Amino acid sequence: MRIALLGATRGMGRAVARELARRGHSLFLLGRNESELERSAKDLEIHGAPSPVRHFRCDLSEPSSFAPALEAAIEALHRLDAVVVTAGIFASQDDLENDSALTAKLLDTNFTQTILFCEAARKCLLAGGGGTLCVFSSVAGERGRKPVVLYGATKAGLTRYLEGLDHRFYHQGLRVVTVKPGFVRTSMTIGLKPPPFAADPHDVARTVVRAIERARPVVYVPPIWALVMAVIRWLPRWVMRKVNF
Amino acid sequence: MTSDTPSNTELRSCSPVVPVSGWGRFPVSEAHLCAGERLEQVARHTVLSRGLGRAYGDAALPATPGEALTSTLFADRLLSFDPESGILRAEAGCPLWRIIEVFLPRGWFPPVTPGTKFVTLGGMVAADVHGKMHHSQGTFGRHVVSILLQVADGRVIECSPEHEAELFDATLGGMGLTGHILEVAFRMHKVPSPWIVEQTETFADIPSLLAALRDAGEKWPFTVAWADLLNPPPHFGRSALMKGRWAEPHEAPSHPPKPKRTVRVPALFPSWFLQTWMVRYFNRLYLYRARRNQKPRIVHPESFFYPLDALLDWNRLYGPRGFTQYQCVLPAEDGFERHIRFVHRLRELAAPVFLAVIKDCGAEGRGLLSFPRPGISYALDMPMMARTQAIVDALNEFVIAAGGRVYLAKDALTRPEHFRLMEPRLQRFLAVRDRWDPQHRLHSALAARLFGDRR
Ligand SMILES: Cc1cc2nc3c(=O)[nH]c(=O)nc-3n(C[C@H](O)[C@H](O)[C@H](O)COP(=O)(O)OP(=O)(O)OC[C@H]3O[C@@H](n4cnc5c(N)ncnc54)[C@H](O)[C@@H]3O)c2cc1C
Repeated sequence: MRIALLGATRGMGRAVARELARRGHSLFLLGRNESELERSAKDLEIHGAPSPVRHFRCDLSEPSSFAPALEAAIEALHRLDAVVVTAGIFASQDDLENDSALTAKLLDTNFTQTILFCEAARKCLLAGGGGTLCVFSSVAGERGRKPVVLYGATKAGLTRYLEGLDHRFYHQGLRVVTVKPGFVRTSMTIGLKPPPFAADPHDVARTVVRAIERARPVVYVPPIWALVMAVIRWLPRWVMRKVNF
Repeated sequence: MTSDTPSNTELRSCSPVVPVSGWGRFPVSEAHLCAGERLEQVARHTVLSRGLGRAYGDAALPATPGEALTSTLFADRLLSFDPESGILRAEAGCPLWRIIEVFLPRGWFPPVTPGTKFVTLGGMVAADVHGKMHHSQGTFGRHVVSILLQVADGRVIECSPEHEAELFDATLGGMGLTGHILEVAFRMHKVPSPWIVEQTETFADIPSLLAALRDAGEKWPFTVAWADLLNPPPHFGRSALMKGRWAEPHEAPSHPPKPKRTVRVPALFPSWFLQTWMVRYFNRLYLYRARRNQKPRIVHPESFFYPLDALLDWNRLYGPRGFTQYQCVLPAEDGFERHIRFVHRLRELAAPVFLAVIKDCGAEGRGLLSFPRPGISYALDMPMMARTQAIVDALNEFVIAAGGRVYLAKDALTRPEHFRLMEPRLQRFLAVRDRWDPQHRLHSALAARLFGDRR
């Protein structure tokens, strides 16, 4: 497949890109920092992506950069079969409560800008006859929870948007893959005590890439979270108020 | 503001204070771990870099609990590879297993590997690691072409045998004290197939083992021995010598080696779990099996190079009190007289040696503090007990008298006066360190213990 990725220089995006590279997919990187993009491009070539892996500047906080970046991807790859979005920010509930500027940035980046990017990607994919849009949301969006009130809200909104997108454009050939990771060991979670079922980016990547290749609409990683969230969605409100989960 | 306290922006990628220790789980300290994809930024405000924490003792621990350390694990990209020269350049947090995963199927392998693939490139340079191939390949540092190093004042310096050679030499084996290693370029080896031909030979005592180890080194690129130093005679000194080489294409299976299955040891073992009698039985069983398996055979490269990696977190078997590995190298003479006395000394001290690995060492490398020198090295795993310090002291006295030295990547208990006596190169190393970092902004628990840094 020919795939454009936003956020592939870091964290889970890096792992997903490597797994795609290992399987020989053609890649194009979108992101903010040219030198980071350049280094990741080399890493992916060595991991097996057809060379050269090209890149283009695209900043989630500048919606005007979206369309040109996606067009650059189409030009370099000749067509686009999939777009993968792993960019996004995380901040702890405590930090967010004490910093409204940070809150505004989180809400804006994870919801508004991400959706604007998805809209641009959706248009490109549909113009080319269809394709897969794979976006990282989170299990944090499944239920309002004490430790992730604000972060969870952005992901809940994103998840619903992606669900709607799938319903609206499925018959025109758009395949939407919503990824819902639980706790993953990345630089953001360094030193935090991993909860049960904590995953390594490596494992996440394998599951996600299989989902992209088969266009599965919703993937939990690790898969056990599908079960965990099924239970949590059904917990009554008074239980959620009591537990610190 | 000292460099110890992470500023607010840095705190975002820094953990709260968490317990940290080396692989031996002794000693335990506390630190902020700071991580990120861009090492140059992360490392600026930390006192030391830390990789996968496979050094046994206190090499990757802060001098004072609560200081900030860089975790290099997210700086793991492969940056360039030249199939003509075999030179691979990568970020310092790149784990050895990734390099093997990517390159072994293409016919390349690192020139030197330690006994676990869960180490980072930065850690391999900082300890100047050696392996089963030391007699044939030297240490890892011999194959390093250049290093990108962030020194204490924040400057990024490229050093190599040709450029800033003194800093380069101090960084090989310098245990992270010369700077944060950002990138490493080294020469990979071409291999004829991804499989290993292994032959095992067993011996009834240490003298015959040592002689055979020496001879084997002339014919085999990889050698290592394993000895039972726990059972009383007649088992004491029974040993197995493993010899290996890469299989030629016509000997090797046509399919590539499959990834090995692993089992994780849970965190529930108490310190009393691993008992001497259990290990005694294990040792006897192991040798019994080795004796029956002496024909050359084709084995998986991972079971040959990394037999312990199949059991993830195996250090937990020792329980929370942890263990130490005493590794020393003793110069060899004909007849191995000193070596035989060393092994006797272990018996006199009733040292609880749960695992003993014996290796043949080749020439000394250029690293100012790198461990191996011509002779034979003993790596002895011992559980931490009240008398462990006394055993280490006694062994160190023996090693000093014999003109040997201990390995900093394993050490937790050596005293500074002992280390000075066994390491004539120390003054040169300290002089280079002082030149690049007069205030000792980069420091570690090991430096505080052995080099007399201010705490
Ligand atoms: C099962 C097992 C088998 C082993 N076998 C061998 C063997 O056969 N031969 C051998 O030589 N060693 C062996 N070792 C030791 C191991 O190879 C070394 O301790 C190695 O340094 C560990 O690498 P690490 O990435 O885990 O580093 P850490 O343990 O995290 O750090 C070790 C040292 O390297 C420094 N360091 C790490 N990264 C950087 C960086 N980017 N910049 C500057 N300094 C850095 C740290 O400050 C510290 O001083 C073995 C260890 C284990 C657990």
